[in-house]
Amino acid sequence: MTKDLVWRIAGGSGDGIDSTSQNFAKALMRAGLHVFTHRHYPSRIRGGHTYVEVRASADPVNSRGNGYNFLLALGDSFARNPKENAIYGNEEIKPLTENLNELNEGGIIVYDEGLVDISEVPNFEERVEENNWHVYPMDLRSLAREHGREVMRNTAGVGVTAALLDIELEYIEDLMRSAMRGDVLEANLAILQEAYDIVSEEEFTHDLRVPTGDHDEDQLLISASACIAYAALDEGCRFISGYPMTPWTEVFTIMSQNLPKFGGISEQVEDEIAAAALAIGASHAGVKAMSGSSGGGFALMGEPLGLAEMTETPVVLIEAMRAGPSTGMPTKPEQSDLESILYSSQGDSNRIVFAPGNAAEAYDQTRQAFRIAYDYQIPSIIVIDQKISGEMVNVDESFFDREPNPSLGTVLSEEEIAEAAHHESGKFKRFLHDTENGVSPRTIPGQKGGRFLAAGNEHSEEGHISEDPVNRIKQMARRAQKLEAIRDDLDSQDGSHQTTFGPEDAEYGIITWGSQQGAVMDAVSELNDAGHSVKGLGVSDLMPFPKKDLAAFLESVDKAIVVEMNATGQFRGLARKELGLYGEKMSSLLRFDGNPFIPRNIVEAFEETIVEGKDDVSNEHTKFLPEAGVTQ
Amino acid sequence: MSAFSAIGEEREIDSNEFTPGIEPQATWCPGCGDFGVLKALKQAMPDVGRTPDEVLMVTGIGCSGKLSSYFESYGFHTLHGRSLPIARAAKLANPGLEVIAAGGDGDGYGIGGNHFMHTARENHDMTYIVFNNEIFGLTKGQTSPTSPKGHKSKTQPSGSAKDPVRPLSLALASGASYIARTAAVNPNQAKEIIKEAIEHDGFAHIDFLTQCPTWNKDARQYVPYVDIQDSDDYDFDTHDRREAADMMFEAENALHEGQVLTGRFYVDDERPSYQQEKQATGEMPEEPLAERYFDEDYQWERVADSLLDRHK
Ligand SMILES: Cc1ncc(C[n+]2csc(CCOP(=O)(O)OP(=O)(O)O)c2C)c(N)n1
Ligand code: SF4
Repeated sequence: MTKDLVWRIAGGSGDGIDSTSQNFAKALMRAGLHVFTHRHYPSRIRGGHTYVEVRASADPVNSRGNGYNFLLALGDSFARNPKENAIYGNEEIKPLTENLNELNEGGIIVYDEGLVDISEVPNFEERVEENNWHVYPMDLRSLAREHGREVMRNTAGVGVTAALLDIELEYIEDLMRSAMRGDVLEANLAILQEAYDIVSEEEFTHDLRVPTGDHDEDQLLISASACIAYAALDEGCRFISGYPMTPWTEVFTIMSQNLPKFGGISEQVEDEIAAAALAIGASHAGVKAMSGSSGGGFALMGEPLGLAEMTETPVVLIEAMRAGPSTGMPTKPEQSDLESILYSSQGDSNRIVFAPGNAAEAYDQTRQAFRIAYDYQIPSIIVIDQKISGEMVNVDESFFDREPNPSLGTVLSEEEIAEAAHHESGKFKRFLHDTENGVSPRTIPGQKGGRFLAAGNEHSEEGHISEDPVNRIKQMARRAQKLEAIRDDLDSQDGSHQTTFGPEDAEYGIITWGSQQGAVMDAVSELNDAGHSVKGLGVSDLMPFPKKDLAAFLESVDKAIVVEMNATGQFRGLARKELGLYGEKMSSLLRFDGNPFIPRNIVEAFEETIVEGKDDVSNEHTKFLPEAGVTQ
Repeated sequence: MSAFSAIGEEREIDSNEFTPGIEPQATWCPGCGDFGVLKALKQAMPDVGRTPDEVLMVTGIGCSGKLSSYFESYGFHTLHGRSLPIARAAKLANPGLEVIAAGGDGDGYGIGGNHFMHTARENHDMTYIVFNNEIFGLTKGQTSPTSPKGHKSKTQPSGSAKDPVRPLSLALASGASYIARTAAVNPNQAKEIIKEAIEHDGFAHIDFLTQCPTWNKDARQYVPYVDIQDSDDYDFDTHDRREAADMMFEAENALHEGQVLTGRFYVDDERPSYQQEKQATGEMPEEPLAERYFDEDYQWERVADSLLDRHK
């Protein structure tokens, strides 16, 4: 019996794949398992092939794993375009044809006989035999129609799944009861039971069953987007402004739906320049504020981002990356905006950039981003991507048991303002040259005696525009000094933002950043299980760069591969710039086809390049960049 | 002492309080219309009864953008065209502040045109002064969105092929609830208009004709203006949108022909401000949001129980 269940539900966008899979994952979590979901969808509203995977295991899960072992193919109900040559023509069999390649040997297939004509699927019988798949055709559509409506095919599919895997219906029924009411609930319950009963009576050819597990405490099924929003609320953020763009929209939506309940304000505005500018305006006026976008929208934010740096206005921005350049692939993940996030906007940059590696880290680091932004008066950016923004994982409920932190950071009270340095004109010296850690306390408009000019031009201590060279050097030095102070601050925190895994004395290293951390963790375990000596490092601080952590890691290994989702090795470039010679030890494994790494990609690449010494990898989805000094 | 004790302070206010220890002569040319705006603004302040500490002056980039340097108050000298989104968020964060935004015609009707349209549409309770000198001043005399058709400059050597923007009509179409035009050559009217605009509860737009003797000697900003409210020839109801639209159309045509019509063109005191609308939908707190961060007794809620349940 396999250790993990990886269940894939496939169908058309708009067929309710998302909600069904979320409930299924939740039911498994409630039953005591660790779960992880992975979404794949096209940039279309209705129709178009989509699937969600739910991985469930008795042990904690970090990634989607390698392939999957249970396919529920619903048939694409939106695919029936009556026009013969319509671009998105008849795709009814896609839920099978698009998915079979990744179905593991010995896997199970349940398909909807009511919608899918199996004879149209090329070489189906042969492939089934070759791979030892177990096929269960079910007329899910008729079953759904009989008790309710056709769209309830999902429920029938879940009932069949439960029967085939020996999952108790009680958790699924509970979830249905809390989500539905009246006739709809009755119909769904009836369909679920009927599907379950029909299958239970059959004889199974497979031996896959749902694993059993137990949690020590209550669990939550949560995404990084929700964690970012909740962290912001816990930090006292009460203002958000944005403009929709996938996948940033998830954070924006969660915040907009909840802020009014917390007495906060959400603004959907005319464009991303305005969005970032509003957040800056709100923060200037004394409210903790955030904004965000995805690649193209973030490009527009470069201008206000620079303004926040120059005026030292705290603000938190989210950058939810997707494949680029330009509008790229709106629903596909990539980590290719790194350089634009670090350097967009003119001048020498002073910003904070964190890239959490999973949902829990997204919560922690968003809180940290707010704290740093407000204590040090600097913009902080949280980088996520299309993968981690929406994938759901279970996190201990107690993890969120934290105190709120509404502090505005280094803001003076009116009593303190009265004591503080002022220019003879009456202006408060907002931008003092000599400060302990580069931070000069600020005031909020409306406070008596605190008035100053916040200028995007270089300015004097009280804020007046100034091109005096001596003042210029002092102001530049002070702003730069903040980055050093922040590095020290972060290094002095309990626990590092960098996540290490695998044996400490390992010979080789695999480095990654942001969302690919889970796949790398799993690959590191697989490699060590196979007798290799490998450890991993997931880097989350991108600016100020954690030189010490990375240098120590590189020094301790013979060679290191950097795993990231872009075509040019952007993180490796950053590390080389920051670390000089140490950086030369790194080679890169890259993937930029719109799909995140699975652990197997990394394991195979490691074996081919590091162990066998090949110059390249055989997997067509990945690309290898050798370490510096080796000709390409 | 309250967190924002400057807000709502009642006392005699002297217009000299709005003079900082830095002189506009530093960057403005002799004879520049911008001096007129600054003067009128300073003189209006005692009448509206606001102290320097309770005013937030948000400006764009340009000669006009320097207003925040020469007007003593809380100030934010932002980016070219971006004063409005910053200003309106500050107003949402703390409605007690007197928020005034200002910038040039390039700033407001060109690069910031989108923000102008949407800020007017939303009817934020603030004042927006556009220094309309029909030229890019700070970058040395290029054609601006309000320059007349045929205007020649180094970047439009054969003369502009574009009709100029119609600022008043644009403001009306976008939804501004107070719209006026005044001129730097007329400080008394300017002061009155600024005062009305600040006291208006909603988005008040002032197209302020300012002369740029350095780059735009031909502009009509110098010629004697006509105050349409003082003249029987221009009798119309400023509360009637249609009549106002007709009058604006006429004034904009007249300007192209060399006659300067000024005064208030449109006043809607019925329309609720954006803040009121947003409070009515329950999406904006009654108390100024910014106050909360200074209130020691405020109980900060954490997300835990209220939101986490749905994830169980
Ligand atoms: C994004 C951006 N583009 C261009 C500029 C250069 N620039 C500064 S002021 C200005 C035009 C100023 O004209 P206007 O807004 O009419 O103001 P005035 O100087 O006439 O008062 C321009 C183009 C800039 N600062 N920022
Ligand atoms: S260039 Fe024109 S607008 Fe600028 S200060 Fe001189 S006169 Fe005024």
